[in-house]
Amino acid sequence: MYQFNYHRPASVEEAVGLFESMDDGIYMAGGQTLIPTMKQRLAAPTDVIDLSGIEALSGIEVSADRVSIGAFTVHDAVASSPEIRATLPVLAFLAGQIGDGQVRNRGTLGGSVANSDPAADYPAALIGLGATVHTQTRSIEADDYFKDLFETALNPGELITRIDFPVPTRAAYRKFPNPASRYAVVGVLVADFGGKVRVGVTGAGPCAFRATAIEELLSRNLDPSALDGVEVPDAGFNNDLHASAEYRAHLVKVMAKRAVADLLS
Amino acid sequence: MKVALNVNGTDRELEVPDNTLLVDLLREHLRLTGTHVGCDTSQCGACTVHLNGRSVKSCTVLAAHAEGAEVVTIEGIGAPDDLHPMQEAFRDCHALQCGFCTPGMIMSAIDLVNQSDDLDNQAVREGLEGNICRCTGYHNIVRAVLQAAEKM
Amino acid sequence: MSEAAATGIGASVRRREDVRFITGSGRFTDDLTQPGQTYAVFLRSPYARARIGEIDVSEALATEGVIAVLTGRDMAADGLGDLPCGWLVKQKDGSDMISAPHPPLATEVANYVGEPYGLVIAESLAAARQAAECVMADFEELDAVVDLATAVDSSQIHEGVPGNRAYDWEIGDREATEAALAGAAHVTRIDLTNNRLIPNAMEPRAALGVYDPAGDDYTLYTTSQNPHLERLVLSAFVQVAPEHKLRVIAPDVGGGFGSKIFIYAEETAVIWASRRVGRPVKWTAERSESFLADAHGRDHITHAELGLDAEGNFTALKVQTSANLGAYLSTFGSSVPTYLYGTLMAGQYRTPNIYVEVQGIYTNTAPVDAYRGAGRPEATYVVERIVETAARELGTDPAELRRRNMIRPDQFPYETPVALVYDTGDYEAGLDRALALVDYAGFPARRAASEAAGKRRGIGLACYIEACGLAPSQLAIQLGAGVGLYESGEVRVNPTGSVTVFTGSHSHGQGHETTFAQVVSDRLGVPFESVEVVHGDTGRVEFGLGTYGSRSLAVGGSALIAATDKVIAKGKRIAAHMLEAQESDVEFADGNFVVRDSNQSLSFGEVAFAAYVPANYPEDLEPGLSEKAFYDPENFTYPAGTHIAEVEIEEETGVVRLVNFVAVDDFGHVINPMIVDGQVHGGLAQGAGQALLEHGVYDDYGQLQTGSYMDYCMPRADDVPDFVVDTTVTPCTHNPLGVKGCGEAGAIGSPAAIMNAVTDALGVNDISMPATAEKVWRALRA
Repeated sequence: MYQFNYHRPASVEEAVGLFESMDDGIYMAGGQTLIPTMKQRLAAPTDVIDLSGIEALSGIEVSADRVSIGAFTVHDAVASSPEIRATLPVLAFLAGQIGDGQVRNRGTLGGSVANSDPAADYPAALIGLGATVHTQTRSIEADDYFKDLFETALNPGELITRIDFPVPTRAAYRKFPNPASRYAVVGVLVADFGGKVRVGVTGAGPCAFRATAIEELLSRNLDPSALDGVEVPDAGFNNDLHASAEYRAHLVKVMAKRAVADLLS
Repeated sequence: MKVALNVNGTDRELEVPDNTLLVDLLREHLRLTGTHVGCDTSQCGACTVHLNGRSVKSCTVLAAHAEGAEVVTIEGIGAPDDLHPMQEAFRDCHALQCGFCTPGMIMSAIDLVNQSDDLDNQAVREGLEGNICRCTGYHNIVRAVLQAAEKM
Repeated sequence: MSEAAATGIGASVRRREDVRFITGSGRFTDDLTQPGQTYAVFLRSPYARARIGEIDVSEALATEGVIAVLTGRDMAADGLGDLPCGWLVKQKDGSDMISAPHPPLATEVANYVGEPYGLVIAESLAAARQAAECVMADFEELDAVVDLATAVDSSQIHEGVPGNRAYDWEIGDREATEAALAGAAHVTRIDLTNNRLIPNAMEPRAALGVYDPAGDDYTLYTTSQNPHLERLVLSAFVQVAPEHKLRVIAPDVGGGFGSKIFIYAEETAVIWASRRVGRPVKWTAERSESFLADAHGRDHITHAELGLDAEGNFTALKVQTSANLGAYLSTFGSSVPTYLYGTLMAGQYRTPNIYVEVQGIYTNTAPVDAYRGAGRPEATYVVERIVETAARELGTDPAELRRRNMIRPDQFPYETPVALVYDTGDYEAGLDRALALVDYAGFPARRAASEAAGKRRGIGLACYIEACGLAPSQLAIQLGAGVGLYESGEVRVNPTGSVTVFTGSHSHGQGHETTFAQVVSDRLGVPFESVEVVHGDTGRVEFGLGTYGSRSLAVGGSALIAATDKVIAKGKRIAAHMLEAQESDVEFADGNFVVRDSNQSLSFGEVAFAAYVPANYPEDLEPGLSEKAFYDPENFTYPAGTHIAEVEIEEETGVVRLVNFVAVDDFGHVINPMIVDGQVHGGLAQGAGQALLEHGVYDDYGQLQTGSYMDYCMPRADDVPDFVVDTTVTPCTHNPLGVKGCGEAGAIGSPAAIMNAVTDALGVNDISMPATAEKVWRALRA
């Protein structure tokens, strides 16, 4: 790891102020992606701004129609939260699928969403549930948030503070894990909002996206069989050592059908 | 920078470079060499320790993150004449061969048992996905964790 | 249970080495620190093949904390020699294989990504890393040869090696085999690839070189399976230091699986550099370095043909293999696809005509050498995949076709057409036991149940043979081996009657400290707790060839038996004198020297004490009670067994789950069943990894695509089932313990068994390892 200066601000304002005063600072949430990246000398920030001391970034608030989660909440806290498990079980389930036990004890919601790894799980939830990303300056709808490979709507220095997830009638997530890294080769979250279906897909493309063709079919007929004839186009899909674009497209369909089956059961 | 933390029950205050990893603080500064480094991509879990009671990969935590925290390593859970039930079970079940992944495996397994009410074979296998062992084929590790879970 | 029964031969004694590992007090190489220690980081080629031009180290040298930057050219200038290949394979035409020069650090051309060409030594690891980035080397990239299938027609990697062919080797009778194939009632043909694997012992390699100017002595701490061989090569070939001035210590070593047998650049460089800088130099591999620069395993392409007569008897087997040796011949790289492969093609069968030809090919990839099983998993894969395929083609039950062709117990010793003489075995017993344990008859019902759940189910067998405890030395040396294949053992009885055992074998997970103590305690009748086992230090152990090829107990244990026999013989002389009896009347049993038909006896401890305090003592006998032995086996040992795998395949995704695995192995007598079962479990997981998950992949430019655990799929706990393991016993006929060796069997039988199960489920034979979900999904759609 290259040398850097470590900072641990106590407030969002202080963190943003630090960032703006630096040439090449970077926010660190749980560090589960950033630290390995820095260890491999693929990132060389002059300054690391550790967000773990900011009280305001923590906390889970659950109401009947909304789950609001502080950006610094670790995956395990989401996975094991009794309130989330009761109100938005799909999100607890999804969080429990991320990485492994040790990673879930450190990795955070905000860190994952800010990084926008194409194979991360949370982006499927943001897209599939139509979440809202709150930063210190504004709110961004999930549909407008994910832009491209590791590219989001966040401006430099913009810090995710909370993410709000609307509570659907029912929802399910299915993931096809990469057997080596355990990231998603494909992950699909299907959410039914009173007959209007949203489908968030991660892993398949450069960033998470809505599978609108599948959404339309499922909004007409919320049943796995509705997808029997669907052909998911693989244009622009990731094509690598672990899965061809064609296979990923196939998995989108299979995982979507399985999620629908789970959601109905 | 200064880091004040409690390691295996003892308060410590150390001066370390800002970019020090927790595992380096343990191994290099405190000479607690039971915590091992088996990879550089945060996958193998050989470096697993407890940070405020939960398992973390100490190769993927900054020493600075441990400020004010309680860290427990393999050296802090039991002694040769007073083994932790998980250590005892690993020995009993022949759940280790070369012993390199073992400290991390034991620390993960303790957290897994602490967090779970009713572990079965499959749950142990899934719960240990953050730890790689190349020697045992996991068969006896799973037995050991289930045996220890009975006693913990 | 009596004390002896609780700790003696056959008892599942808990391992004494465990306490230090489970409490974190193991001592691995990277755990060691020497006063004044410096840190090394290696400079590695970013290209698969490149001419190394000017190396500008000025900026690196100016970096704070940097002590030295050394390159291959500095090493050459110091007169160090090449890393040798320890087995000279003779080609078909009688000529020697072509061994390309292998300087420890590349000087003019780098031939694989990750090949070291220098090192930076600094006060801290951070400083060394920083400085390593500042070294500016001019590389002229050359065409890389990566693909094994086309390597012979590609550009020439090494001067003097046309067609990139290190050797063209054969064994068996070509003419007779081809004639038998021509006359066969049925010929089964198969094309196979054996996927490249990356060993991945969990402890990355490490080395700490210490030069002491006071005595002009060198000490090298390193992650080695065979410290004496390391010392021999570094002194005799590389000439870093004279053998008597070099001590090699392999402390706790975190797994090896073959990859820590070999003599590598890095340990060579740190011991050399420690003298250059006058301070201890430590290097520990990062896992990414291990992926690039540890010797890899397997990597074959094979065409095979099996002839059968009308009754289903095998009449001929012809095998043609291209073996990828990587960029250089690693320490034993040449022998793995030849003597450890071609000689195993008879398997458990009476096939009368066998011919094997192997082309050893250089490519611009990491050197390939022994990895758990080393040649024998590849041979088993050929034999057992083609036998299974033949059974399917003929509509015969695969178990019954095997049974029909097995060598029968009354046919031993059995000489195969490929140079081995199997001493003993009962292959049908293993087959029957495995079929019973897996409930072979119940498989159709299990398949139906899986199909009802939308899954395909397959079952596959592999009846493997392996040759362990490579031997005997004289024959092996005639065949090209550069070292003997014996092992040394010393049994040093201390004046108090406790025993210190020194073995040339090395334990890095195998539990020798326990097993060897069981053997010696059992033989000498001294308490298990009073026997200490010392290994892994050339300064303490006289000599040794280390641990590989499942040899430690069969060869190293036999040496200890020979040494204990000498101890007992000397003890009898002492006891006879003390008891005023004829030596021939003294018997040794249960730790006592007893005069036959009398009530006179002396305990082992009393005799030991007398040997060191020789008051009442034979005049013509030297004091002391310490004996050494070298044991050179007269033959290999031949573990064998039947492995049966069952898999389930998800139709929709192609995901393969290994749902049931039975292994029945004949290792001869078993000293510690708990440890033996553990060895099998571990081998099975590695075999399952080969069949379903692991693959070392280079791209067209020779860049390693699977260079971390993000991309190279290691088996995890949830990838494998509980294993069902059992043993049958036909004791080895030619070693005193009747043991055969258990370290590799798991990895030898399982890939073939699993792939036979996968192809059974799919009804498609043409699928390569690893059977990943996408490959299987494509096969299902084809």
